[in-house]
Amino acid sequence: MSERAQELQTIDDDERATRDADPAYLTPEYVGTRLRSPRRPLLLLPQRLSELTGPAFGQDDVRPGDSDLTTQHAGEPLGERIIVSGRVMGSDGRPVRNALVEVWQANAAGRYLHRVDQHPAPLDPNFTGGGRVVTDDDGRYRFITIKPGAYPWKNHDNAWRPAHIHFSVFGRAFTERLVTQMYFPGDPLFAYDPIYQSVRDPAARERMISSFDLASTKPEWALAYSYDIVLGGSGATPLENA
Amino acid sequence: MSLPRTPSQTVGPFFEFGMVTKTLLVDEDAPGAIRIEGKVLDGAGEPVPDGLVEIWQAGADGRYEEGHLGWGRCQTDADGGYAFTTIKPGAVSEADGTTLAPHLTVLCFARGLLKPVLTRVYFSDEQEANRADPVLGAIGSDSDRATLVATAIGPATYRFDIRLQGDEQTVFFTTPAAGL
Repeated sequence: MSERAQELQTIDDDERATRDADPAYLTPEYVGTRLRSPRRPLLLLPQRLSELTGPAFGQDDVRPGDSDLTTQHAGEPLGERIIVSGRVMGSDGRPVRNALVEVWQANAAGRYLHRVDQHPAPLDPNFTGGGRVVTDDDGRYRFITIKPGAYPWKNHDNAWRPAHIHFSVFGRAFTERLVTQMYFPGDPLFAYDPIYQSVRDPAARERMISSFDLASTKPEWALAYSYDIVLGGSGATPLENA
Repeated sequence: MSLPRTPSQTVGPFFEFGMVTKTLLVDEDAPGAIRIEGKVLDGAGEPVPDGLVEIWQAGADGRYEEGHLGWGRCQTDADGGYAFTTIKPGAVSEADGTTLAPHLTVLCFARGLLKPVLTRVYFSDEQEANRADPVLGAIGSDSDRATLVATAIGPATYRFDIRLQGDEQTVFFTTPAAGL
């Protein structure tokens, strides 16, 4: 190569995780990271078209029933019916419109409808546990589902995941893509869960916990939780001390 | 106003009934269709059978289209394999006159990845464009650069493996905004 451009800046992932919201790739307490975490420094990409663009979705990409996980089968699923709603925003506070939000979760007994899940808890023939919705002009989304149960896994002796709903969100840019988990307030398993604890900043961890939302409950029908999601911010957030 | 971001968490192993796959960006018999296939491998060289690969790319004219035509998603199989049928993107011209060689942007999610890895797929039969690409050109090591180039292995077929860890680890990127 005749002319070499200036080399890309490198970012130390472990150092970054001490001041950023996201966990480090290598979080040894979560055993699954040990062989799957990149160990070499990350290269900082300039913000160009490939980073600032991303797939866009619209209301045509979902069906109205997709956001109600309790009506996908002949009967109603067992468990505590809940409404989960919130806003998707950029770090500038502005709503992210037409964001595709996908969710998946275990049933009320803590069992996933998946061939690999061997947890000896019952499947529910009336619950699949997957849903999707596109945010409105205020960045709002709303799902109806049932409260998932805690779930055992084999990370360490007597390991249990706190009850959670998985969220996948598309922002305005492909690099704003977020996959996270929504937790429920007051869960006694937080202290023992290496995935929740992988986020090092306690304040950042708490942003993954939904709030009980009395105003959104439906009397004699369902309790409600609210969960707002803040995405990266389309290049608006400078990387400090990088 | 700057709101703190929501942290990333692993996609876990059970995403398949929550995330719809889209492996055909164009029909297999569409003019110019190519296949990009490969494996996701862990630090022991073992397949990652519970991974999810997403791509984002420009069209043949080098423009990023509105909507999600240029987006794809594939769940890895028992051998860690994934494949997309798409078209080769054109070179992307930036407003400042910079030209990016044809490439796909890739995010890979998996159980054991607390946040996705971000990388790029370039093409082995675009040597001239690759030599002028500002990102490839800014990577000092030939062997590192090679991890970003898909190899032509047959007619309109390319191979691109994603090695999460180890001596041959794929080069992964981050961006200032994403917090990846």
